[in-house]
Amino acid sequence: MSAIRSLAGLLDQTAREFPEKVAVTVPGGRSVTYSELSALSDRVRDRLVHRGVRRGDRVGLRLHKSIEAVATIFGALKAGAAYVPVDAESPAARAAYILNDCNVKVVVTERDLEANLVDALGALSASPAMLVLDVAASRPMEELLDALQLSEPAASVASVETGADDIAYILYTSGSTGNPKGVVLTHGNALSFIDWCSETFAPRPDDRFSSHAPFHFDLSILDIYVSLKHGATLVLIGEALGKEPVKLAAAIAAERISVWYSTPSILSLLANYGKLARHDFGSLRMVFFAGEVFPIPQYEALHAMWPRPRYFNLYGPTETNVCTWYEVPPDAPLDRMSTFPIGRICPPNRGSVVNEHGDCVTVGEPGELLVCGPNVMRGYWNLPDHNERAFFTDETGGCWYRTGDIVCEDPEVGYRYVGRRDRMVKRRGYRVELGEIEAALLRNPQVREAAVIALPDAESGVRILAFVACQQEITLTRIALKEYSARALPPYMIPDLFAVVPALPRTSTDKIDYQRLRTVA
Amino acid sequence: MDNVRELVRRFILDNFLPGEDASNLTDSTELKESGILDSMSTLKLVTFLESQYQVEFEADDLDAGNLSTVASIAALVTAKQRG
Repeated sequence: MSAIRSLAGLLDQTAREFPEKVAVTVPGGRSVTYSELSALSDRVRDRLVHRGVRRGDRVGLRLHKSIEAVATIFGALKAGAAYVPVDAESPAARAAYILNDCNVKVVVTERDLEANLVDALGALSASPAMLVLDVAASRPMEELLDALQLSEPAASVASVETGADDIAYILYTSGSTGNPKGVVLTHGNALSFIDWCSETFAPRPDDRFSSHAPFHFDLSILDIYVSLKHGATLVLIGEALGKEPVKLAAAIAAERISVWYSTPSILSLLANYGKLARHDFGSLRMVFFAGEVFPIPQYEALHAMWPRPRYFNLYGPTETNVCTWYEVPPDAPLDRMSTFPIGRICPPNRGSVVNEHGDCVTVGEPGELLVCGPNVMRGYWNLPDHNERAFFTDETGGCWYRTGDIVCEDPEVGYRYVGRRDRMVKRRGYRVELGEIEAALLRNPQVREAAVIALPDAESGVRILAFVACQQEITLTRIALKEYSARALPPYMIPDLFAVVPALPRTSTDKIDYQRLRTVA
Repeated sequence: MDNVRELVRRFILDNFLPGEDASNLTDSTELKESGILDSMSTLKLVTFLESQYQVEFEADDLDAGNLSTVASIAALVTAKQRG
């Protein structure tokens, strides 16, 4: 176990050990050293404390991927607060719901994201203090802090000591009832996972880690903190670059990235569209993927272009971060009809596979995966009913998180993923509760009924189909439904296809007949 | 040019808006902000156009604006054909 008990402590240690090393860099843009990042996050801390942030408070950030966002995260942690990253690409109303739900004291955002957010917060009668960056400035955070220091001087304060049980961050995921739910994770949760990464992957100070996932996605925890703990360099990949395979491939080569972590969707995109033969990827030594199934033919296409690195399938819901892992054997023949195992539990966590009565199944039988140990979240923010359902306490007092994932155990390789217990699907690695899409469609006053199903798709993994019945005398076009969805939902939740129907099929008990919908789809 | 527009329109309708009345997808319907074309569907469309017209799109072609309407996509393809 690491002697360091807080995430900010990792930065303090590395800033002492490697002050002049580059901590964070933006392809084609700026870089900061560890001592600069440490000093900048000190200034953010001072400003947040000046604005009233205290130990245990929440600080929201709605920022594009940037050095400023990293400095904000560490500023919040040094102030003893938990950070709450919200998606800059998702509708402001969803961001406002999240920031209001966990009652953030301060929001750090950007000029072009501010107005919509303030309006959406106002609609909820929420008015947290705002720190607004002008990202067109050459050094946005420094310039904002300099200006504020003149008008409203903030005293320099010491970083707040936090313990393993303090909340470090809250990551919101899709909620089946229509609103996102906040997964509360402590410094202890995060450090347990980070220490496991250190032991398992032996990162080095000369590594260059990708930061592809947005900060509201839990893949970012490995990127930011494992890189930082080992004095490596974090290469920030912005939202636009991250989706353009040709430019992304060029950036991975030019930045000499050595540790890559993303969803399989992005790796497939690179293999199919990235024109990988144009570049030398000799620096790559480890490729991690997580968030969804990586089809083996897609893996093979990538591996043919990137034969050198080791490949790891990392599995785990946000509630446990990564909790199982599997290294793809470098030379063994692969069964193209199969999928990669999710592998073995990450120690010191424990796993168990149970049937619907909570009894352990015999090895090889399918059942729900339960996880117990230091990675497991504290709970959902302010959702006691969800917490009651999410946890199971055994006779020795051990607290087990019910993943909702059906797996079976193969003694040779560990767990294999079988499917879901509920209506949650993965799209581009993101969790999507079909119920959240239905709830959003039903908020449209022109929609009378809505039902959403997911069908497997060879290329993209899953296709989302929405069946919509309109109010009388109204006909919504598919374009109008797309447009509405783009305003109401994050991009990864917009249905692929819409069917406008006179009425939804019902079962004899008047429930929506999802089985029938699947047969007509 | 008109043929290119019709082919682009047909591809988008068939692949991303099946069931939609063709007349609702006009030359100037916004495709990006409306959620009709996301990053993945844009790549599918580009791959189709590259093979159909023997042209090659560069990374900068995919920047916002160039591919935001049927008209702008068709104009880009036509310009590439003229080389």
